[in-house]
Amino acid sequence: MTLATFLRKKTINAVVILIAIAAMNFFLIRLAPGDPAQVMAGEAGAGDAVFLQQLREKFGLDRPLIEQFWHYMKGVGTLDLGFSYRQQRPVLDLIVERLPATLLLTGTALIISLAAGVTLGTLAARRVGRLSDSAITLASLVFYAMPLFWLALIAQIVFSKHLGWLPNVGYESVGAGYAGLRRALDIGWHLIMPATTLGLFFTAVYARMMRASMLEVASFDYVKTAHAKGLGPGAIVRHHMIPNAILPVVTLAGLQAGQLVGGSLLVETVFAWPGIGRLLFDALIQRDYQVLLGVFFTCSAMVILFNILTDLLYRFVDPRIEVT
Amino acid sequence: MPRFTKRDLIKAGIAGVAGCDLLLGISPMSMGAITAVAQTPKRGGVVRAVVHPEPSSLMLGLVQNTPTQMVSGSIYESLLKYGHDLTPLPSLAERWEISADGKAYTFHLKKNIKWHDGKPFGADDVVFSTDKFLRETHPRWRPIATTHVERIEKIDDNTVRYQLKNPFGPFILMFELSTTPIVPRHLYEGTDYKTNPANNTPVGTGPFKFSEWQRGSYIKLVRNPDYHVQGLPYLDEVYWQIIPDAAARVVAYETGRVDILTGGTVENFDVAKLAKLPNSSVTGKGWEMIAPLSWLWFNHRQDLMAKKAFRQAVMYGMDREFAKDVIWNGLARVATGPINSKTRFYSDQVTKYGFDPAKAKALLKEAGYKGEPVRLLALPYGETWTRWAEAVKQNLTDIGLNLQLVTTDVAGYGQRLSDWDFDLAFTWLSQYGDPALGVARSYVSTNIAKGSPFNNVAGYANPDIDKLFAEAAAANGETKRQELYTKAQQVLADELPVVWMLELEFPTIYRSNVQNLIKTATGMNDAFQDAWKA
Repeated sequence: MTLATFLRKKTINAVVILIAIAAMNFFLIRLAPGDPAQVMAGEAGAGDAVFLQQLREKFGLDRPLIEQFWHYMKGVGTLDLGFSYRQQRPVLDLIVERLPATLLLTGTALIISLAAGVTLGTLAARRVGRLSDSAITLASLVFYAMPLFWLALIAQIVFSKHLGWLPNVGYESVGAGYAGLRRALDIGWHLIMPATTLGLFFTAVYARMMRASMLEVASFDYVKTAHAKGLGPGAIVRHHMIPNAILPVVTLAGLQAGQLVGGSLLVETVFAWPGIGRLLFDALIQRDYQVLLGVFFTCSAMVILFNILTDLLYRFVDPRIEVT
Repeated sequence: MPRFTKRDLIKAGIAGVAGCDLLLGISPMSMGAITAVAQTPKRGGVVRAVVHPEPSSLMLGLVQNTPTQMVSGSIYESLLKYGHDLTPLPSLAERWEISADGKAYTFHLKKNIKWHDGKPFGADDVVFSTDKFLRETHPRWRPIATTHVERIEKIDDNTVRYQLKNPFGPFILMFELSTTPIVPRHLYEGTDYKTNPANNTPVGTGPFKFSEWQRGSYIKLVRNPDYHVQGLPYLDEVYWQIIPDAAARVVAYETGRVDILTGGTVENFDVAKLAKLPNSSVTGKGWEMIAPLSWLWFNHRQDLMAKKAFRQAVMYGMDREFAKDVIWNGLARVATGPINSKTRFYSDQVTKYGFDPAKAKALLKEAGYKGEPVRLLALPYGETWTRWAEAVKQNLTDIGLNLQLVTTDVAGYGQRLSDWDFDLAFTWLSQYGDPALGVARSYVSTNIAKGSPFNNVAGYANPDIDKLFAEAAAANGETKRQELYTKAQQVLADELPVVWMLELEFPTIYRSNVQNLIKTATGMNDAFQDAWKA
């Protein structure tokens, strides 16, 4: 299959899947009890029926469900994700506004976890049964099993409260008025703890996967041949084992990259990181349907996009693979 | 070398689930403001306060939830403010008169007040706000205006008169910030209020101007140099920081990243610890207007709940002292009836109920209870409320009730209460300073209607109570009103339509060098007018 044919086929599939997802999301979120009008009336401390009716009209909730659905799907068709009456702003603006913070956090976490996971997994595989292998395996298991929010809180208590090394919340120092490089450094300083916390979980996943994959590859004939040819162990690992063993990690990283836009709800919440994950959580609590649907749609689109990109990446990592 | 205590680790585990506390927390009734030595106010400085959850909008005329009130309270103003004893104080109005028949309220506005965009403020703005804008948008002002106000008229550029159809005792309390925020006529008249672009850059007359909103991070307010009170405000900037997790807010305060933790932003079990920090103060003041009271609704539509003996059994089975001391860490007071002791016309001359499990068991038997399941709808406002629901379950299980806890999120809770889908349900409501505003609504039969958690969702109906509340609201004269409300409290305490639990306060925790912070009955809503940093 040529690249053009592949891309055309994938694009058609993606559009169909996206429409199905958008439709499913629309009906699913309406299964949850309560609606945005009720939440807003509750917050205003008022029981006025006129007020509730006014809000429902404003949100379009007084119209038949099928009419609301048609209106929404028409919007999706033109990439208009709607308007959040609660926040008085277009949904697309709200998403775009939060995107940089989320991409910075999850992108950094992805880089940290890939670099550390591949390195540690390779190291463990080369030293099977030795202390370093056991230590890496045990640490991976601990960080994989540890709830992220708990790890995040412990990190805050240790590195912010007791050691005073890192800020525990926020994207930057509020009110400091930094600009340029000083601001970039300040953001980086705030990024260390949330990105590392989030990255540790995926490091554990990649390390375990890389170790298993390396051990599997080690038993293959071409590795034995390389040994027989007299190649050094380092060269065998670098040139023969890692390029083959890394494929499962690439697959998983592709899936993770697709979720980048969704952010990490727990880490963003505990570290007060102003990303998409928090926008989603707040929208859920407040039943802000338009924002919820907008974030779901964007996340779904990104997952599909990154799946396609991962398939393409295979061609470069291992030219023997033909994408279908 | 830093040391980590077992408590730190346990707290981290517990507090992680406390991040969804959407509205409030509590405070020490006994803990008065720890005031610093009086000093001369100093100009300048920046203060960082926590607001939770993030406001959905800062346009106070359209949105009146607690976070919006706190942030926008420095931007917008109303005609009056109220002291801790609910005495009216000047704000946009410098003086006012109430006619002898209690039907005409005349307000004289301060002169030379400017909106933040430089345009002059005057009587036209007040008439537009209260007669047009808020009548359309404000769920609490509209019913009051419709029922009680005959006309609102501009007497001259600096005088406005409210002519009532009948005397309405609590009308003087209607001019606080969240009930009648005055909005700029020149920006809103003739527009669609809800989609007006000015909603995202609010323009008021208050001591601080809106500057910047980094959604998810902070809201920045800057000093209004043209503020109508000479020399005020003292502070240069106020930042409202958004930190969604309760435990993270505690660490942010401990590490000096924020100066003020507003009421309800940390769990009760953290308050005492934070109060002991150096340069840290705690005050329970500033909630007198709200005067929160918590109770358990009974659904009177069910045979069991309609029996007075059953309701009494639940009341006697409830260990409210335990709830006060352990669940609320002493930051509450056991309620005696439907009116908070901080609200006008409170009376303690009512039937009192103590903790008496034996009596409760006997009453349960008398009510003919046969072990059928009873659902208790918990309040999803955070860790403290979850623990309290569990404690109530324990209390009522001990007297033989087959209690089942029902948990949901805020929207789900609101819907269940609005649809009367509960047996017992936790709640707390604001009293707004006067029983006619925040108490009667929960007990009068005219307010029984589906669709809102703020109605008489219990379905309790008593013509005597309807009559007493109606007469008391319309009575002209404090003595007469006190007499009628005392009687209403006595009837309700005998009837026990709900189980009154605790009077709540929500402590504000702040750096001791932030002076003059809480000066009114609406606390943090208008805290920064004359606050300063030593």
